[in-house]
Amino acid sequence: MDPHLLRQLNAARRDRQAAIMLTDLADGRNRLVMKGDAVAGDLGAAIGKAFLSAKSGIVEADGQRFFLNVHVPSPRMVIIGAVHISQALAPMAQMAGFDVRVIDPRTAFATAERFSDVDMVADWPEDALKDQPIDAFTALVAVTHDPKIDDWPLTSALTADSFYVGALGSRKTHGRRVERLTQAGLSEQQIARIAAPIGLDIGAQSPAEIAVAILAQVIAALRRPSDSAAARSSPSPTATGSSVR
Amino acid sequence: MTTPIPGQISEVQLDPLMLAERWMLDGREVAVATVIETWGSAPRPVGSHLVIDADGNFSGSVSGGCVEGAVLSEAADVIATGEPRMLEFGVADETAWRVGLSCGGKIQVYLERIG
Repeated sequence: MDPHLLRQLNAARRDRQAAIMLTDLADGRNRLVMKGDAVAGDLGAAIGKAFLSAKSGIVEADGQRFFLNVHVPSPRMVIIGAVHISQALAPMAQMAGFDVRVIDPRTAFATAERFSDVDMVADWPEDALKDQPIDAFTALVAVTHDPKIDDWPLTSALTADSFYVGALGSRKTHGRRVERLTQAGLSEQQIARIAAPIGLDIGAQSPAEIAVAILAQVIAALRRPSDSAAARSSPSPTATGSSVR
Repeated sequence: MTTPIPGQISEVQLDPLMLAERWMLDGREVAVATVIETWGSAPRPVGSHLVIDADGNFSGSVSGGCVEGAVLSEAADVIATGEPRMLEFGVADETAWRVGLSCGGKIQVYLERIG
């Protein structure tokens, strides 16, 4: 392995950028491909597929065998609102392998007692996310109902093209949210990416059940991005018929 | 990476490729073993790494302990010659002359020197 490429790969991983270390199995030569780099031919197609699936493996392309080792950042979940749902969602998401941070400037909600063993920040999202901006590998879950707190992280997540953006609230609440975000300059297409009402429609009632519905939707967005994009663009009647308020 | 950052040390210790870079910068000779293919039930997924230095120090895993010893001894040769090697491990009773995987799977491991 080329030492220079190893250093580049590690730097990319520290910066939470997706990269593939490619090894030609015939001669052992390496090449580092960053997500978005243009690679021609069959190999390029295989690389594109590997980035999507995040699965490492051997591919045969252009008459040669290559090993593609895919490095994608571990997914993060940023939960805005230290509410009941978050108390259930944070540990569940941690169990499922997410790096979780809960943010709420309302210090009455954001107490260590309510959130033991969770990275919890009692500050405004603008400040709490300074060291860890929302990126494409972050799921943003906004559950405060309060535009003062939710709107900035929602905007930030949509601009950063987060793989999941969800917001709690009735359709009426969401309608007003859409108006505000439109005024703030976000496109219709960007705003349509928000999962609202948040969570899969499983008839969830308690905070813990709602947490399950949210986590399932986040995992679907992570593992089957095309499916969840299709689900968002054409919501089924049942999905819109009930909402988590 | 030049100086260790407090709070990130454990990440480096846990992450074989970060550790490989650290060792390399310390002037050690390092080999990297990578699981490149698995068949049946395999303890570590494709892409898993084990890093080994010339003194036999290692970190990470390609099998959860079953074949690491064999990989370590091969690594000494790979570090000495610089020639990458393809290693295959199956169940112990099929390849009785060498170590095997008790879980019944088969793995292919690519072993290469850094630099």
